Amino acid sequence: MNISRIGGVAAIAIVGAIALSSCAANEAPAGDSSSDAKTYSGTLNGIGSSAQGQAEITWGTGFQTANPDATVNYDPQGSGAGRTSFISGAADFAGSDAALKDEELSQTFAGCAADTKGIDLPVYISPIAIAYNVDGLKDLKLDAATIAGIFKGTITKWNDDAIASQNDGADLPDADIRVVHRSDDSGTTQNFTEYLAANAADVWDAAPSQTYPYTIGDAAKGTSGVADTTSQTANSITYIDESGAGDLSIAQLKVGDNYVKLTAEGASEVVANSPIADGREDNDLAIAIDRTYTSEKAYPLLLVSYMIVCQEYADADKAELVKGYASYVASEEGQKAAAEQAGSAPLSSDLAKKVADAIASIK
Amino acid sequence: MSAPTEAPPSAPDRAPAAEPAKRVVRIGDRIFSGSTVFAGSLILVVLAAVAIFLIVQSGPAFTANADEVPGPSEDFWSYVGPLVFGTVWAAFLALVLATPMAIGIALFISHYAPRKLAQGLGYVIDLLAAVPSVVFGLWGVLTLARFVQPFYQWLGDNLGWIPLFSGIVSGSGKTILTGAIVLAVMVLPIMTAVCREVFLQAPRLHEEAALALGATRSEMIRMAVLPFARSGIVSAIMLGLGRALGETLAIAMVLSPALVISPQLLTSQNPNTIAANIALQFAEATGKGVNILIATGLILFIITFVVNFVARAIVARRAAFSGAN
Amino acid sequence: MSTTTAAPAARPMTNSLAAGRLPRFSPIFLLIGSWIVMGAVYGMLAAAGTLEGFDIVGTVFFGTVLFDVALFVWSLVVEGGRRARDRLITSLVCTAFVIALLPLISLIWTVVAGGVHRFDLTFFSSSMRNVLDEGGGALHATVGTLEITGFAALISVPIGLLTAIYLVEYGRGWLAKGITFLVDVMTGIPSIVAGLFAFALFSLFAGPGIRAGVMGSVALAVLMIPIVVRSAEEILKLVPNELREASYALGVPKWLTVVKVVLPTAVAGITTGIVLSISRVIGETAPLLLTAGFTASMNYDLFDERMMTLPVFVYTQYANQGPEASDFINRAWAGALELILIVAVLNILARLVSFFFSPKTGR
Repeated sequence: MNISRIGGVAAIAIVGAIALSSCAANEAPAGDSSSDAKTYSGTLNGIGSSAQGQAEITWGTGFQTANPDATVNYDPQGSGAGRTSFISGAADFAGSDAALKDEELSQTFAGCAADTKGIDLPVYISPIAIAYNVDGLKDLKLDAATIAGIFKGTITKWNDDAIASQNDGADLPDADIRVVHRSDDSGTTQNFTEYLAANAADVWDAAPSQTYPYTIGDAAKGTSGVADTTSQTANSITYIDESGAGDLSIAQLKVGDNYVKLTAEGASEVVANSPIADGREDNDLAIAIDRTYTSEKAYPLLLVSYMIVCQEYADADKAELVKGYASYVASEEGQKAAAEQAGSAPLSSDLAKKVADAIASIK
Repeated sequence: MSAPTEAPPSAPDRAPAAEPAKRVVRIGDRIFSGSTVFAGSLILVVLAAVAIFLIVQSGPAFTANADEVPGPSEDFWSYVGPLVFGTVWAAFLALVLATPMAIGIALFISHYAPRKLAQGLGYVIDLLAAVPSVVFGLWGVLTLARFVQPFYQWLGDNLGWIPLFSGIVSGSGKTILTGAIVLAVMVLPIMTAVCREVFLQAPRLHEEAALALGATRSEMIRMAVLPFARSGIVSAIMLGLGRALGETLAIAMVLSPALVISPQLLTSQNPNTIAANIALQFAEATGKGVNILIATGLILFIITFVVNFVARAIVARRAAFSGAN
Repeated sequence: MSTTTAAPAARPMTNSLAAGRLPRFSPIFLLIGSWIVMGAVYGMLAAAGTLEGFDIVGTVFFGTVLFDVALFVWSLVVEGGRRARDRLITSLVCTAFVIALLPLISLIWTVVAGGVHRFDLTFFSSSMRNVLDEGGGALHATVGTLEITGFAALISVPIGLLTAIYLVEYGRGWLAKGITFLVDVMTGIPSIVAGLFAFALFSLFAGPGIRAGVMGSVALAVLMIPIVVRSAEEILKLVPNELREASYALGVPKWLTVVKVVLPTAVAGITTGIVLSISRVIGETAPLLLTAGFTASMNYDLFDERMMTLPVFVYTQYANQGPEASDFINRAWAGALELILIVAVLNILARLVSFFFSPKTGR
C-alpha cells in the first residue's frame, strides 16, 4: 500500500513542480492586451475534419495572435465525429467535409437556440491530386475513364493502351499498377468517387461513398499514411489531398478536351461556378459541386470542407466569439494564410462575400 | 499476544463448528478484508458498466439493413465476420511469434545472462512497454514493412504453393504478417516482464537441489522453474493476448485492410481487426454507423471473454503451484 | 557425473573419469564459423546473381540456426544426449534473445535518431499555441500526460492492489473465481472501447460533449486496473506460506501480516508491476483522443477543459503535417522519445523503491 502510493505521489510531485515553476514560454499571460481594437476572449472548441486540421491551426494562430485572451481548440477527430458532437452540443462549431445531411438537420441542435439549426459555411477548398510514384515518369496525363479503370482494377499495367494512348512518348514501364487508397472512411474518398461517378459512370459502377468500394491494392490510414505508402511502393498511384502529396508526381487531368494541371485557381473556379444546394435555409451555403464544369483552367477533382455553426446560439457570448472567429476564417487574410500553410484554394471573392453575409447573420 | 491458540483465519476448509468458541474479531482485520472485498467488487461493477454500455449502444446495429452497413456487406453479421477472423488470426500469429521469444528472453535474463547484464537488459525491455502504439505504427510502416517486403517477395516466389504464402505479394509489405510482427514486438515487453518476475521467484532451494542431483541447467529449468512458473506464463500470455486483440492504432497504421476472410499472409488484401476497424471508421461514422462500430466492440469483448474462459479451463486442469495454498 | 551415456568413440579429453566435453570456447568458435559459412553461401549466391547484393540479416539469422543444429549434433556425438539437449536449449534461448532484440533495438534506434533533432530547451518550455512551423514544444502535453497518468495510477493502484490481496489472501468461492475471470476479461477491453465508455459515463453525469483530463484518467484506469491486479496477484502468490504461518504463530493479526510481511516481501515485484502498468497505459492514444481531447495551449486543470497528452501530440504531429513536414515529424519523434524517458525515470524510481524497502535476500 505505502509503496503503491509512492509512484502516484512522485508523479504528483513532479507535476506540481512543473506546474508551479513554469508557464509555457510562448504563451503570454492573459489580460495584457491593451490595444483599442475590439478583442475577443473565451474558449472556442471545434471538432471535425482532419483535412481541415492544418488550416484550423493556422486560423487559430491568427485569431489568437489578434486576441490573446481567446483560445481556439480544434480536434481533428473526423467529419462525422465533428457533426455528431456539434449536434449534441459538445462542440461550438464543427469542421466537416460534407454539409449537414437531411436527417441531421431534422435533429435538435443542443448548442443552438431553440428551433434553430446549424448552417454550413464553405471555408476550405482543397484540390485532390492523382499522385503516382513511377521512376522517370513525368507529366502523366489521364482522363476520368482511365482513372476509374485503374482504381477499379480493370487497367492493371502501366503500359496499358488506355494510358499509353494519352501519353505519347512517355516512358511507361511494363509493371503492375499498385493502387493505394484510404483505409479509413474519408471525405477525400467521397469526393474522389463522386468525381468518377459523374465523369466515368460507365466504368465506375459503384455509388459515391466515403468507404473505398473495391477490393484492390493497398489501403493506408489518413493522408500521411497514403503519402508514405505511395512513396515507398514502386509503381504505385493514389488520390490524395494536394497539400499532402509532398514529393510525389501529380498527374494532369483531362477536363473537357484538354489536360489541366492541378492549380488552386482551377479548383476555386469550379467552386465559384457551382450552384448552392437548394432546399436549405438561406444562410446554409452547402455547395453542389459541378464535377463536369469545364474551362481552360478548371480542376473539378476537389474537396470543399465546411465550418458548421449555429444560426442562433443559445449562449450570446459564444455567438460573438464564433462570429469573430468565422469572420477571420472567411476573410481574405485568413484564406491567404490557409493557402500558404495548408495548400488550400482561397474562396472566390463572390463566394467569400456570401459567406461573410451568412456569418453576419449569426446571432 | 493473548490468543496463541487462534488459528490463522486463512484455513478455508475448516468447518465453523471447529472454531474456538471465543473467537477474537479484530477491527483492523474487518476493515482490511472489507476494503479488499470492496475493491474486488468495484471491478465487477466497472466491467458490468462497460458491458451494459456496449450492449445498449450496439442494440440498433443488429437489425441494420444493407444501406446502413458500410461497404458491400448485406447485414451486420457479414460485415463483422471478416473482422472477427482478422482479429483472432492476427492475435494468434502474434502470440505464436511472441510467446517462445518472451519465454526465451525471460529465461535468458533470469537464468543465463550474467547478473549485471541481465539487469540492464531487463531494464531496457521494460522501457519498451512505454513506446506509444503510434510509434510502433510509425516504425511498422516506415521501417519494418519496407525491410520485410523483399523477404515476402522471395517467399511468394519460391513457396507460393503453400496456401499461406499464395496470392499476389504486396508491394508495400503492409500485410497481416507485418501486422503480427508489430503486435508481437508490442506484447513482448509486457510478456517478458511478467515471465521474468515469475522465473526469478522460483525457489532457489529447488533449483540448487536439482543441480546438486546432477541435472543440467536445462533440466533444472524444466524441473524446478517451469512447473513453478506455469500459471505465471499463462498470465503473461493472457496479458499479451489482451493487448494483441485490442491493439488499435498500430494495426490501423500498419495493415492494408480489405473486407475478406483469407489466411494468406503476404497479399495486400488482409482481413482487418475489430479494434483497428473501429479506429479507422469511427471518425467519419454517424447515426447507425456508430452503433455498428460499437457492436463490433461488443463482439471483441465477447471474443476476449471466450478466449479467457478456454484458457482458464486449461489452467484449472493443472493445479496452480502457489506459495499461498 | 554419469559416464554411461557418453559415446565411447569420442573421448579426446584427458580426464577419463568424466564424460567427454567440448573444449571450453567451442560454442563461440562454432558460432563464428557458422556465420562465416552462411556468409560464404550468401556471398556465392550474390556472386551468382541469384540475390541482389549481400544479405547480412540472412547471414546472421541462418548462421545462428546452423550453429544451433551443429552444436547439438557435435555435443550429441561427444557429450551424450542430456548434455546435448542442455546445449541446444541454451543456444535456443540465446538465439531467441538475439532475434527478439533486433526489432527492439531497431525501434529504439529509430526513436532516438528521430528524437534528438528537437530534444532542446524550446521543446520543454513551449506549448504549441500559435506555432505554425518550426519551434513549439510539448510542455502542455507533458503536463497533461503526467497529470492524467498520475491520476489514473491514483485510482487504479489502490483498487488493483486491494483486489489482488483479496484474491490471494481472502478470496474463496464464487466471488474470487468470478473476479479472477473478469480481470482476465478486463485485460481484453480494447483501449478505444475504454475511451468510449469513459466518454459515455461522463456525458451521462456532466452533460453531453464534456471533455476533461479526468475522463482520460478514468479510461486509462479501466485499462490499468487488470494489469495491476494480474501482476500483483502473481507476485503475492509466490510469497512463501512459511512466512505467513510464522507470523500467525507469533499472534500477528492477518491484516498486519499482509501489510508488514507479505507486501514487503513482494514489494519489488509489485512495484515492477505498477510501473509496467503505467508504462502500458502512458502511451495509449485512441482513448485519450476521445476523452481528453486536443488543444495547443496549456491547461493545468484536470477537471476542466481539454488537455493535451504526449501520445496524442505525437499522433497529431504525424497525422496533420504542415507544408514543412520535417518540423512536424521531428516534434513527433521528440515527443515519443520524451515519453520513453519519462518511463525510464519511473523505472529508476521503482528500482529505488524496491532497493530500499524490500527485505534483503540471496538474489
